Amino acid sequence: MRRIDWPAHVVLLLGVALFILPLWLVLAGSTQDSAAISRGELSLIPRLSGLHVYADILSQGSPGAGPVWRMLLVSGAMALTIAIGKIVISILSAYAVTFFRFPFRMAAFWTIFITLMLPVEVRIVPTYSVMSDLGLINTFPGLTIPLIASATATLLFRQTFLVIPDELVEAARMDGAGPWRFFKDILIPVSSSNLAALFVILFVYGWNQYLWPLLVATTPQLDTIVIGIVKMIGTETQTEWNRVMATAVLALLPPVAVVILMQRWFVRGLTDGEK
Amino acid sequence: MATLVLDDLRKSFGKTSVLHGVDLALVSGEMLVIVGASGCGKSTLLRLVAGLEEPSGGRIVLDGVDVAARDPADRDIAMVFQNYALYPHMSVFDNMAYGLRIRNMAKAEIGKRVAEAAALLELSHLLERKPRQLSGGQRQRVAMGRAIVRNPKLFLFDEPLSNLDATLRVTMRAEIRRLQRRMAVTSLYVTHDQVEAMTLGDRLLVLHQGRPVQLATPMEVFNRPANIYVAGFIGAPAMNLLPATLVADGAAARLTIGQTLHFVDGRRPGAEGRRLVIGIRPEHLNLDDDGFVLPVDLVEPLGSETVVIGKLEGGQMMTIKLPAAGVSDTSLRVAIPPTHIHVFDAESGLRLEPQ
Repeated sequence: MRRIDWPAHVVLLLGVALFILPLWLVLAGSTQDSAAISRGELSLIPRLSGLHVYADILSQGSPGAGPVWRMLLVSGAMALTIAIGKIVISILSAYAVTFFRFPFRMAAFWTIFITLMLPVEVRIVPTYSVMSDLGLINTFPGLTIPLIASATATLLFRQTFLVIPDELVEAARMDGAGPWRFFKDILIPVSSSNLAALFVILFVYGWNQYLWPLLVATTPQLDTIVIGIVKMIGTETQTEWNRVMATAVLALLPPVAVVILMQRWFVRGLTDGEK
Repeated sequence: MATLVLDDLRKSFGKTSVLHGVDLALVSGEMLVIVGASGCGKSTLLRLVAGLEEPSGGRIVLDGVDVAARDPADRDIAMVFQNYALYPHMSVFDNMAYGLRIRNMAKAEIGKRVAEAAALLELSHLLERKPRQLSGGQRQRVAMGRAIVRNPKLFLFDEPLSNLDATLRVTMRAEIRRLQRRMAVTSLYVTHDQVEAMTLGDRLLVLHQGRPVQLATPMEVFNRPANIYVAGFIGAPAMNLLPATLVADGAAARLTIGQTLHFVDGRRPGAEGRRLVIGIRPEHLNLDDDGFVLPVDLVEPLGSETVVIGKLEGGQMMTIKLPAAGVSDTSLRVAIPPTHIHVFDAESGLRLEPQ
């Protein structure tokens, strides 16, 4: 007979409760009457009749903000563009810095490395000025391009590439694979698990962006869902908390979906890898 | 089938010279083993031939054509790496087929070649597997298969057996030899293992500190080592090397431990008192009641034979290989048969031949 380790289970259950409770509050709150929430009468039991709020906000939006479907679209497009853009740029630069000998290679590497010290917040004013000069304010490229260059991803890929045995590279050279073929046929498949993991991280990073979208996109057409939620919490109007909470729930779903979807990939990658 | 000629091949990394000029000529179908301690430049030599390093000087002539400036892929050379270097995400079939696909070979031909190589290496039932699902010996075979399907002019082996366990190493050693004979592909084989060197090579090249020391058949290297380094390197347990001096007319050597050994094959040149090193292999030493006394330091019974390590007065160690077990573990009486001694000059380290 297997004995159950009670203390461990209690601690784990407590942890689960701690994580679930806020989410549950939001989920339950979203279905309740806005006025009741404002009075502080937040019930933990969802009201099924209040579920129509989701349909409402998706199609019509709320006071102070547009329909949620458009915000989801903007956020999704932005997160995808940032994640894919970051991966493409950083995998190429990491490839160059790791596998090729060229003048000022280390200088290039350190230049990339140093930008780690300059996160978006620090360079936000000059970046805004550049985007403004380029006429990219209130455009989708303006929203995404400044967030794409990524030192972190470059460094992570470089580390992945560094542990690839030299002999594998040499075997490919003997087999006649040129740099591009090696990249495509060997390097990307071999580091696919890292690719998947990084995609998840970068997608969530892009999805949660707040400061930059707030500055660069003032038109409601480019409101991301994060900005949208803030706009719903108006000061002059009565805040409809159930709508805010419903939007928050919807804002959670895509990142969760990406994690669940990609999890299959990188778990497979972890068990598949031969390193 | 191809010939390979290396002409004054040199390599230095920055100011450090690793290879000081190697001349070598391989006849078609020959298996030449390059052997030496780690850091002697043997792997560098192989990588130069493969094209993975650029030579600092000299020529690499394959089948009459200088390939030194060519890309590795354009040299028609295949290499088997120490850690196999299989592509982890590809099946066995794809691993072998990859090089052929890059060369735009027709699909049917690729299938045929891989099937042939797989049959030869007994890999036919494993073609769908990934490298991680294979044992060490099977991976080794796939690495060989990848070289074979290319049908190259030259095979290069870079210590291909050193990642295998001892039993498997013996099996694969024989397999490599059989395969190489059967396919008659000119081959260069690098190893630090002298047993591999002795058993695999048609000829041996002993490298020491970036210089070729001896190039000969394995038995020649064993029987007539060109210098003290080779004498100590080839043969296990290693040859005993005893300091000595030449006696008057060059007809004998006087060991510092006392004995005088008469040369049976002729006089050695030099003045009286010339410093020599006398080499005698452990298996050539005899037990002899009239011999000198050797206090025993350690007895290593190996089953079919026994290795006794003794310590002479003055700290000189001496190893004896005896055919039987049950020898004394306190002291032995040992004689050095003059017929089996090797004579070297202590200054230059070179072998001294009779006049």
